[in-house]
Amino acid sequence: MPDNGRKPETVALTIDGREVVVPKGTSLLQAAAGAGIEVPHYCYHPGLSAPAQCRVCLVEVEGAPKLQPSCVTVAQDGQVVRTDSDEALEMRKGVFEFYLVNHPLDCPICDMSGECKLQDYVFAEGREHGRAHEPKRVFGRDDFGGDVLYYGDRCVMCTRCVRFMEEVAGDPRLTVVERGSRAVIDTFFDQGLEGASFAGNVVDICPVGALVSKEFLHKARAWDLDHTPSVCAGCSQGCNVELHTRDNLVQRLKPRENQEVNGHWMCDYGRESYEWINRPGRLESPQAGRGSRRKPTDWRDVLGRLHARLQELRGAEVIVIGSPLWPNEGLAALDALAQAAGQVSRRVFRSPRAQDEDPLPGFPLLIRRRDLAPNVDGAGLLGFDRDGSDVGEGGLDGVAAHDGILLVLGDELRDQSEEFGASAALFVYLGTHDSPAAANADFVLPVTNFAEQEGTFVNAQGRVQRFQQALRPPGTARPAWLVLGALAAALAGNGPPPSRADGAFAALVAAHPAFAGLDYDVLGVAGAPLADAGAATAAAAGQRAP
Amino acid sequence: MAYPYRHEKEVRLMSEAFGDPAARTIEGWRARGGYQGIARALEIGRDATVADVKASGLRGRGGAGFPTGVKWSFMPKDGTRPHYLLCNADESEPGTFKDREIIRWTPHQLIEGCLVGAYAIGASHCYIYLRGEFFEATQVLAKALEEAYAAGLAGKDILGSGVEIDVTLHVGAGAYICGEETGLMSSLEGRRGEPRIKPPFPAAVGVFGMPTTINNVETLAAAAHVARHGGEWYRQWGTEKSTGTKLFCVSGHVNRPGNYELPLGFPLMELIEDVCGGMRNGAALKAVIPGGSSVPIMDAGECVSCELCYEGVEAAGSMLGCASVVVMDETADIVKQVRRMADFYAHESCGQCTPCREGTSWAARILRRIEDGRGTEDDLDTLMQISEQMTGTTICVLSDSLAAPIISSIQKFRNDYLALIRRGERVGAA
Repeated sequence: MPDNGRKPETVALTIDGREVVVPKGTSLLQAAAGAGIEVPHYCYHPGLSAPAQCRVCLVEVEGAPKLQPSCVTVAQDGQVVRTDSDEALEMRKGVFEFYLVNHPLDCPICDMSGECKLQDYVFAEGREHGRAHEPKRVFGRDDFGGDVLYYGDRCVMCTRCVRFMEEVAGDPRLTVVERGSRAVIDTFFDQGLEGASFAGNVVDICPVGALVSKEFLHKARAWDLDHTPSVCAGCSQGCNVELHTRDNLVQRLKPRENQEVNGHWMCDYGRESYEWINRPGRLESPQAGRGSRRKPTDWRDVLGRLHARLQELRGAEVIVIGSPLWPNEGLAALDALAQAAGQVSRRVFRSPRAQDEDPLPGFPLLIRRRDLAPNVDGAGLLGFDRDGSDVGEGGLDGVAAHDGILLVLGDELRDQSEEFGASAALFVYLGTHDSPAAANADFVLPVTNFAEQEGTFVNAQGRVQRFQQALRPPGTARPAWLVLGALAAALAGNGPPPSRADGAFAALVAAHPAFAGLDYDVLGVAGAPLADAGAATAAAAGQRAP
Repeated sequence: MAYPYRHEKEVRLMSEAFGDPAARTIEGWRARGGYQGIARALEIGRDATVADVKASGLRGRGGAGFPTGVKWSFMPKDGTRPHYLLCNADESEPGTFKDREIIRWTPHQLIEGCLVGAYAIGASHCYIYLRGEFFEATQVLAKALEEAYAAGLAGKDILGSGVEIDVTLHVGAGAYICGEETGLMSSLEGRRGEPRIKPPFPAAVGVFGMPTTINNVETLAAAAHVARHGGEWYRQWGTEKSTGTKLFCVSGHVNRPGNYELPLGFPLMELIEDVCGGMRNGAALKAVIPGGSSVPIMDAGECVSCELCYEGVEAAGSMLGCASVVVMDETADIVKQVRRMADFYAHESCGQCTPCREGTSWAARILRRIEDGRGTEDDLDTLMQISEQMTGTTICVLSDSLAAPIISSIQKFRNDYLALIRRGERVGAA
């Protein structure tokens, strides 16, 4: 820490022999975490109040008459703290033994097994053998409504779920009933968590397998899941998430902390809207030819023929239909190709909109937005206009009579007939799934969805957020930016196309001033705001249909 | 009218009118010198009243024995936020029945004490948190409070002084833990009766987030007398560190159980042998719990020279607590008594802290097994260990309160446990 004469508001203390400097007001638990020392804890959660009731974060503080709960003990200058003293370890060992007095130890059939904090801590610090021979009390399980199932026997009574619903969701639907070892978490009347739009978070913050997701129940073991940092594609908030995948399928979404966007939380709508990523029946290889003349082919052939056709039609009118489910790199490359090919008359996207927003009262930055796609704002910045209705259909006026070049990326054209694009001189369809409306496409190109590639979205706050590749693409499907970037570069004749996502991002930054100053590496997994985030989003909003 | 038992060695400051229905009315109470304490307090002022109580050496009668005047002086002096006085009338410690008697016989004594306390800490509102089971006491107190309001002794402009003190009765739902001061605050606020972590202390952030002082019924009753007569007057009874008189709730195997108001420092054996008329059937003394169920049990030897004051009982290896003396003769089954306490604490644990939630019920189940003859000597080691882990590891002291009798009983009456274990082994119960 630079000593520039002015004393920063910090305190210096010693934890387990390590010198630690933390801002004033930091708890011992946080200070230790900063030094890489994990003090076991259940009731403490960084996004909630700390009642200091689980009693497992007890540490020894020199001069204190008894062990102190590190979650609420504020670090003081010169303090000497031992998290691993004999006394602290002995006491924590005792507390973990208490936890197991009534815990069913049904790890083999528990969803939480492998990521359970009771399992972890008992293995790390608990007794080798329990001494509790008495019969355990049995509660059974309780359907809390919504996606949440409660196994009372596994509960450690940390009350994180109760405090989340009260403090963060602003909707106190859970409570503790009864007392002592008979205490359980319960709902009020029969309402339960049904319809509580952020209730899924209680499953995430439950340190054990007491609250589990019905949707995920018995679906996968924790240790079989790969975790990939990503962004939720449910709406334009772009909550930072982890995609948990197994067998090349997304199994569930978990929120990933980002205090600028979603805190520790995410909404249930986003959490549950991932099945489309796993949808089978994918386009696996490029195809060429309209209707019955369609033949599968390979990339070299199709790109060559497509390039030749674009050359022939050079200067023609171009209509571009994009999709805000696709990252900036793909949309920017689509735009670049259109510009290189001819006169762009329309650049549109269609996307469903919800009736209203759904904010999270305890974390006001997090709002389930009206736009139910992750990159509506990115599409706006890249020059695409909203078209169609609030269910993402209709619009596309003039496309039927269009006789120039028609480029479609990502929009599956579900509401369109088989006549769609019939009059176009060249109709290129890039998508994940074939569509009846793509019957007239001259070229059908398989592209990857966002989970199968890396790239960036712009969220409603004007924040550019990176996600990483979680899945292997099917067949020979390629990222849209790779396909379109190659064509655009060949057509414009301006050097080699980007071959990696960072290059595609750099190309987009160079072409679009709204993205000026951003660096793919600097974005990291936390993202960064656009230089003029406010103006950019206002501009994007202005482009949207009312 | 004769209160159940009286004894000439008593010093009846607070209990003089016990058993006398005439003292329940405001006229009757005023005729016995009532409401002179608050009158004098208003006359000498807030600071002088606190100083008087400090000088008196009065210590909290709820169990912890913290000096009352010092507690009052912790309240912030600036008047920007409302202050509250909470009177803890949730008397729920097993073996204790003094506050109930103060309320049902001398309700005005408590009201006066509340007024003195509230005035001293600058509170204009006092809540009396009554135990849910105190039906009669609540009715008596409610009637007395109406009289006090009608007489201008509570509410706006008390005794023409311009001071406003409202007194509100709040009846709990009958939970032991609501007698713990922070649990009481939670309950009064309408939440689950769960103790809160300290700091912040109630004097800084108390009920409704405001500076709060919590005093026991007997403390406030005594404070009314101190306010009336001054601090030095109160010191004529008791010892240097434990001044004044104290109500002793004697129960168990004595001939005359009951409430006795005695100067602190009174010898325990004299209380049993003389004041209480000796052991029932002349049986031998086996054990005494001197301060309610949550203090260490004393064996007969420790009782011999024990003086009933805070420091005296501590020297004898236990605590004065709220001076609820439970006397047991040789017929008492210590294991059963401790098991019953464990059942009580397991039932009353609020369930927040793990050592208490799991420890009390686990200990109760082990003790039940030992009582049934299915215990082993290892169980005693387990009990000792889990009791140690229940001591000093939780937000409040409920689990400490069970640990104390378990540890002390195993240390002092190990043979009682072993006899049950051996008998069980003989008949093959295990």
